Amino acid sequence: MVYSEKVMEHFSNPHNVGEIENADGVGEVGNAKCGDIMKMYLKIDNGVITDVKFKTFGCGAAIATSSIATDMIKGQPLSEALKLTNKAVVEALDGLPPVKLHCSVLAEQAVKAAIADYYRKNGMNDEADKLDVHCDDCECCH
Amino acid sequence: MLKTKIYLDNAATTKISDRVFNAMLPYLKEQYGNPSSIYTLGREASIAATNARSKCAELLNAKPSEIYFTSGGSESDNWAIRSVAQSMKEKGKNHIVTSAFEHHAVLHTLQELEKKGFDITYLPVYSNGVVKAEDVKDAITDKTALVTVMYANNEIGTVQPIREIGAICREKNVLFHTDAVQAAPHIHIDVQADNIDLLSISGHKLHAPKGVGLLYCRRGIKLNPLISGGGQERGLRAGTENLAGIVGLAEAMAAANETMDATNERHKKFAEQIYNAVMKIERVHFNGDLEKRIPSTVNFSFEGVEGESLLLQLDLQGIAASSGSACTSGSLDPSHVLLALGLTHEVAHGSLRISMSDYTTQEEIDKLLEVLPVIIEKLRSMSPLWERIIKENKQ
Repeated sequence: MVYSEKVMEHFSNPHNVGEIENADGVGEVGNAKCGDIMKMYLKIDNGVITDVKFKTFGCGAAIATSSIATDMIKGQPLSEALKLTNKAVVEALDGLPPVKLHCSVLAEQAVKAAIADYYRKNGMNDEADKLDVHCDDCECCH
Repeated sequence: MLKTKIYLDNAATTKISDRVFNAMLPYLKEQYGNPSSIYTLGREASIAATNARSKCAELLNAKPSEIYFTSGGSESDNWAIRSVAQSMKEKGKNHIVTSAFEHHAVLHTLQELEKKGFDITYLPVYSNGVVKAEDVKDAITDKTALVTVMYANNEIGTVQPIREIGAICREKNVLFHTDAVQAAPHIHIDVQADNIDLLSISGHKLHAPKGVGLLYCRRGIKLNPLISGGGQERGLRAGTENLAGIVGLAEAMAAANETMDATNERHKKFAEQIYNAVMKIERVHFNGDLEKRIPSTVNFSFEGVEGESLLLQLDLQGIAASSGSACTSGSLDPSHVLLALGLTHEVAHGSLRISMSDYTTQEEIDKLLEVLPVIIEKLRSMSPLWERIIKENKQ
C-alpha cells in the first residue's frame, strides 16, 4: 500500500485543523470502533462557507481526505459544497489505495453532516433530511 | 529528507548480518553446486548442507535427521499442523488445542481444519497475554490430536509456559507443536528439556535472509510429503536446496546463540527506558506481561490515537515501527492479539509495537523517546475521539 505524495503532503501538514467556536454547522461521522471519526466545523455567512475546520481520529488517508475536503469547500456556496463527491476528493489527492477509499466517503459525509446541522439549526429540517448522511457503522463506508 | 533511519520493527523482519552474509556469499557465487551432484562441487555443497543441518540440530538439542529446511515459519507451521492432523484423524482424533492469539499461519491453518470437521479449542490468553498451562491440561480430551501454542507472541512479546505445556502433553500422550519464530532470536531453545515434538523457526527474524526456515520434527512423528519430486529433505520436500539460505540460517542461529544473553540484557535496559518514558504519557496502556516476555518487543496502546497515523508520523521522523490497528492490517478489525487481551477496538486501534535487534542503539531509543510524546500530543490535539475521552473523564 503506497500513498501518493499529495496524500503525504496533506497528512504531514494538514490544512484547516482545529475547531470553530460557535460554529454555524458541526458534523461528525464515523465510529471509534472502526478506527475513524471526522468532525467538521463550518462558519456560514449568506449561504457561503467562510471558514471550515476539522478534527480527525483516523489513518493517514482519513486525515488527508479531511484536509483536502476542507480546502475544496472553503469559500464555496453551500450549493457547491454539497456537490463535493468522494470521487473528487480522491482525484484531488492523486488517488487513494483501494482499501482507503472509504476515507473519501467519510470526508464527503462529514461535509454533508455539517451542512445538515446548519440547516437544522436554522429550521430547515426538510433540507437537512434530504441529505443522505449515514456513516456511523464500520460497514457503511468500508 | 531523512537524516536517520531507525529501524524498530525487528519482529517484522531483520537485516542480514555481516556474519551471515559472509557465510552465505560463497554459496551464491563459487560454491554453486547442487548438493545432489556426485562431483566435487556437488559434494562440497552437500557437505555444507549437512553441516548446516547438524549445527541447527545441535543448537536446538535435536538430531540432524529431525531438521527439515523449509521456506520459513508459515510453511513450517502449515506443514507440522496439517501432517499431524491428517495422521491423527486416521486414528479417530479430531481435536486440536491452541491459543487465541497465534500467528495467522497457525490460526488460518486451524480454521481450514475446522471446516474439515476438526474441533479447535482456542485457549484464553488473559489480560497479560500468557496462556495458563492448567488450561491446556483441562482442554485435552481423548480426542485431542495436537496442542499448538506459540513460544513467544509476535505482537506483544509474551513468553508462554512451553516447558509445562510440553510436560502436560507428554503425560497425556498428545503431540505438541510450537511456533518459535519470535522466540528463536532471544531464547535458548532445547526441544528435549522443553518437551517439544514439532517446532517452527524462520530465518529472517534472526538476521538470516527471507525465504528460509526450518521445521523440527521429533523422530517417529510422520510428516506428509509436501512437495513431490527429487529426494530432498528425506523425500518429503523435493526441490534443490536453498543452500545459501540454509547456510545463512545455521550461521544466524549460531550467532544468536552466542550473543543473545548480552543482547537480552541490553534490550531489557532499553525496554525499561521505553516503558518508564511512555507510561508517563496520559491514558496509555502497556500490552503484555512485565516479567514473562522477550525484552526486545514492547507494545503500548495510546487512547484517542489511531495507529497508522502514529506510524506515518514516526516514519516522517525516520523511525520504522508497527501497529495492530485495523488500518495497517487491511481488515475492519484491529489485531486479534490485542482483542484477545480484552482491549476494546478503540484502544487496540491506537497500538504501537517497538521491536529491537542486536543493532538497536541507545541513541535510537533516545530519539524515539524524544519524538514519540510530541507525536502523540499532536495527533491527540486533532482527534475528536481524544476530545470526547477528556470530556467524559471530566464528568
